[in-house]
Amino acid sequence: MKQALETIRRTADELIAAAADERVVDELRVRFLGKKGELTAILKQMGKLSAEERPVVGALANEIREQITEHIAQRTKQLANAALEKRLEAETIDVTLPGNRPAQGMRHPFEQVLGELKQIFLGMGFDVVSGPEIEYDHYNFEMLNMPKSHPARDTQDTFYITENMLLRTQTSPMQIRTMEAQKPPIRIICPGRVYRSDAVDATHSPIFHQIEGLVVDKDITFSDLKGTLEVFIKKLYGEDTKVRFRPHHFPYTEPSAEMDMSCFKCGGKGCSMCKGEGWIEILGCGMVHPKVLENCGIDPEVYSGYAFGIGLERITMMRYGIDDMRLLYENDLRFLRQFK
Amino acid sequence: MKMPLNWAKEFAKFDCTPREYAERMTMSGSKVETYESEADSIKNVVVGKVLSIVPHPDSDHMVITQIDIGQGEPVQIVTGANNLKVGDLVPAALHKSLLPGGKEIRKGKLRGVESNGMLCSLSELGLTINDFPNAVEDGILVLDEEVAPGTPAVQALGMDDVSVEFEITPNRPDCLSVRGLARETAATFGVPFVDHTPEVKAGHGDVNSLLKVRIENPDLCYRYVGAVVENVRVKPSPRWMRERLRMCGVRPINNLVDITNYVMLEYGQPMHCFDYRYVNGGEIIVRNAKAGEEIQTLDGVDRTLSEEMLIIADQKGPIAVAGVMGGEFSGVYEDTTTIVFESAMFNGPSVRTTAKKLGMRTEASGRYEKGLDPNGCLTCLQRALELVQLLDAGDVVNGVVDVWTHKREERRILLRPAVINKLLGTNLTKEEMVEILLPLNFQMDGDEVVIPSNRWDMERDCDIAEEIARFVGYNKMPSTVMRGVAEARPTPRQIFTEKMMNSLVGYGFYECETFSFYSRKAFDMICLPENHPLRNAVVISNPLGEDTSIMRTTALPSVLDVVARNYNARAAECPVFEYATEYTPNQDPEKLPIESEKVVLAAYGSNWDYLAVKGVVEQLLSTAGITGWQIRRNTTGNTWHPGRTADIYLPVYDQKRNLVGEIHLATIGEIHPSVLANYGIKPRVVAADISLDALFENRGGTAQFQPLPKHPASTRDLALVANMDVAASEIAARIEKGAGKILESLSLFDVYTGDKIEQGKKSLAYNLVLRASDRTLTDEECDNAVKKILKNLEEIGVVLRS
Repeated sequence: MKQALETIRRTADELIAAAADERVVDELRVRFLGKKGELTAILKQMGKLSAEERPVVGALANEIREQITEHIAQRTKQLANAALEKRLEAETIDVTLPGNRPAQGMRHPFEQVLGELKQIFLGMGFDVVSGPEIEYDHYNFEMLNMPKSHPARDTQDTFYITENMLLRTQTSPMQIRTMEAQKPPIRIICPGRVYRSDAVDATHSPIFHQIEGLVVDKDITFSDLKGTLEVFIKKLYGEDTKVRFRPHHFPYTEPSAEMDMSCFKCGGKGCSMCKGEGWIEILGCGMVHPKVLENCGIDPEVYSGYAFGIGLERITMMRYGIDDMRLLYENDLRFLRQFK
Repeated sequence: MKMPLNWAKEFAKFDCTPREYAERMTMSGSKVETYESEADSIKNVVVGKVLSIVPHPDSDHMVITQIDIGQGEPVQIVTGANNLKVGDLVPAALHKSLLPGGKEIRKGKLRGVESNGMLCSLSELGLTINDFPNAVEDGILVLDEEVAPGTPAVQALGMDDVSVEFEITPNRPDCLSVRGLARETAATFGVPFVDHTPEVKAGHGDVNSLLKVRIENPDLCYRYVGAVVENVRVKPSPRWMRERLRMCGVRPINNLVDITNYVMLEYGQPMHCFDYRYVNGGEIIVRNAKAGEEIQTLDGVDRTLSEEMLIIADQKGPIAVAGVMGGEFSGVYEDTTTIVFESAMFNGPSVRTTAKKLGMRTEASGRYEKGLDPNGCLTCLQRALELVQLLDAGDVVNGVVDVWTHKREERRILLRPAVINKLLGTNLTKEEMVEILLPLNFQMDGDEVVIPSNRWDMERDCDIAEEIARFVGYNKMPSTVMRGVAEARPTPRQIFTEKMMNSLVGYGFYECETFSFYSRKAFDMICLPENHPLRNAVVISNPLGEDTSIMRTTALPSVLDVVARNYNARAAECPVFEYATEYTPNQDPEKLPIESEKVVLAAYGSNWDYLAVKGVVEQLLSTAGITGWQIRRNTTGNTWHPGRTADIYLPVYDQKRNLVGEIHLATIGEIHPSVLANYGIKPRVVAADISLDALFENRGGTAQFQPLPKHPASTRDLALVANMDVAASEIAARIEKGAGKILESLSLFDVYTGDKIEQGKKSLAYNLVLRASDRTLTDEECDNAVKKILKNLEEIGVVLRS
């Protein structure tokens, strides 16, 4: 009987080691360890053995059962690993194939730049306001110290709807509307479309975008204007950007200034971008004219303020190196796709 | 305004490079646009003396000259001109020289004879006969003054000065003059301003016996000063005057006309001269034109005047449009013997309106409209008379006729250093301020600043502050950060709009920016019926052209233009949108039009059919938190495909849940093939016209958390057969109603039409997920729900597919 057991042990070892797949291993488990298996069959004959032999053979039989069980487990694992490896190898793909990109559109370059500007000004405490593009002459000019015959009106060639209604030439009317509706302190920017009667070419468009800012409070100074705009331009173009302020004239501010920034292309040495000057004109600004404050019922002896106006087209074109304004309004996808 | 530096130096002695001058003037407020010297375009051209002239052996029109250029051997130059004689001084462009227009001269051979340069004519040097009236136009320029050979030609010809071009802002008409700019220059460079006071020597006779002046409308003419010069001697003005005029961009004509221009450039005051023969009755009448009155202006154009226009007339009729242009017979002619000089001040806005109406903006009108100084008229006239005497251009008649209706009274502004410092953020003393003001021709009288009459832009503290700021230097003033903490946030509307736009971008759409105005033809392009309300648009009264003449009432044509452009550029697909404003006229024309915000999107390409675009709109509505919207077919349009268009709307109920109206949210559909044909677009285009205003007003609040389900769900699939014309939305509504609360989700996963079902029918397969939040649903409950659903569906002839 011992011999029979040893034969089972040997046969099982050989067959398990040779089993080619998990199905064969399972068959062997049934054959040797199953209820009707060979080992069980032998154990059923244990009764015939003597009392001395019985524990010895029983122990041996148990040992063999455990051994076969373990071998089967090992072999199963081996085979599973082999099968997994084979599958992994079979599943190899060319990982350098181009990916399937999800569809992704783009905001218009204007909106991307405007978004950044809004963030900068929100961070400095400016609310963003908007208002009508078709405006009363009253708000667009009269209240801004530009009566009907004012020669400065010629610098803003205007589209009229009626004698008293026009397409706003600047977003300044929103400054007036805000000052009429709200008591100081006021800190706003008003971005939006504005209209001037210029034919379309590489640097002109009858429609363009402005962002105007207005601050009115007690003790607001020209130095505050300078400080705020310096912070703004450095946030937009980097800490190394230099700015300078030049005297200028606007009917609605006094003193008035234009702000130049050091040419981002040549860093101020002078190049074709800045026409050799090293400076690029970036915005107009000034202290709100006391007549404008008075028009809005704000006492200039108590309050002061500043205002500025930025051309979004200019900033956008400079930022992306766009050399023709028309591209911005043509909306060719080959153009729009470039501004990720 | 162009100004030669040497002219300014007569008033202010400064010394620096042109670049430094431009920089410093710009920073003190007189912005320099450019500066240039005629000498920049002329290099290596010298004065040469003709030593000999011999005929060219192989040419009958050329000659060989030997030219003394002041050093070394004479230079041999061949020329075709025939106006030379030995001893003439001529401009000689030597080997490797440069002439205006970028023309380079090198030595070479002309018909076999060596020529080491070129002798120059007027035009080759960029000059005209007006600049050198004694020269010949078609020959070599022969100098009429003694100059040493070898002298650079630009120096000998007075072309070596630098002309600086300023951008003068409308508040500073005083700086439209050499004298005004020289004043700024003196203050900028800290050098004294040396003024010139005209002196007229005694003449003959009495002007009052020759000239009368009458101002009929003193509101439009503040002052009129006239003088008479007899025995005029019309001839070219001297070279220094011609050079200065040329440097300012003014063509020299003759001594009298040149004098009027010279005085205008020097003082900023337009002058005019009339031939006395054509001042009928010897009387100048400044009056409004009569309606329909006509004048032929100096440019030869007949113009019809209207009553609001101010004119200069004699006893017969108009002889000039005041402040704009003279009449045809008001100039100076070869045979003119007596002239009247005018130095006057007209109302700026009136001149501006007249010039605009007549369509002739002149140098004079541009100055008058900014507001000149009536107090300066007499000085300017005296300067003109002084120049007449200096140039010996005629005999001055004693006296002037001066009719002065509006004098500028002295203006004073209290100097308030504290107010100025507070506005600027500076800490300047009163003395420092005064030190800046005095060189600018302001006088101090105690604490008051006395404003000169040509600085009428000065009105109050802030104006004084600007004068001080620009001479302290804007960039030397402190930069500070504002005090006080301000908090700013985007408004709910701004946050909402951003969310919508960014969603669209996430779905693959590209944002566009198009013009807010277009042509009426846009309505025809989208096949809008004749009486359609969208054709009622806000009209621009002075458009650039018909193409941009009305404000858009719908942005759809703008977006279709973009689609067409990209289709023509062979884009494979084109998903685009615009966040657009549309403009609707107000019923009350005195009130502003209504501006509404839309999102108009359009797409073509293999990924974009009706359902794809509808899906995008559904997602937008979901992102906006809008629930309960409904959809219905829209078959009305000519713009949209009648079988492939729908309206999405929100029913409006009153408090008792009675339907009282609806809010239109969006139209989705394919664009009508006829419209696409108008745009030349071949592929199907699906578009959506979404009201951002309506979406915002009906947006949902902040999402509220729902607990995750604790009990399992049951699912049921229903394959249904329906008549073709039964809308899926109707079937879905009946399923929802039949299932009641336990319906967690409903999805349509297949639509079939074809051989396997009856003709005229379609099959729709739905997946239902059923769940209760408080228990596990039994099979019986689920089956009952399905039975109810099927009963609801039977009513519209929808049955289970067998």
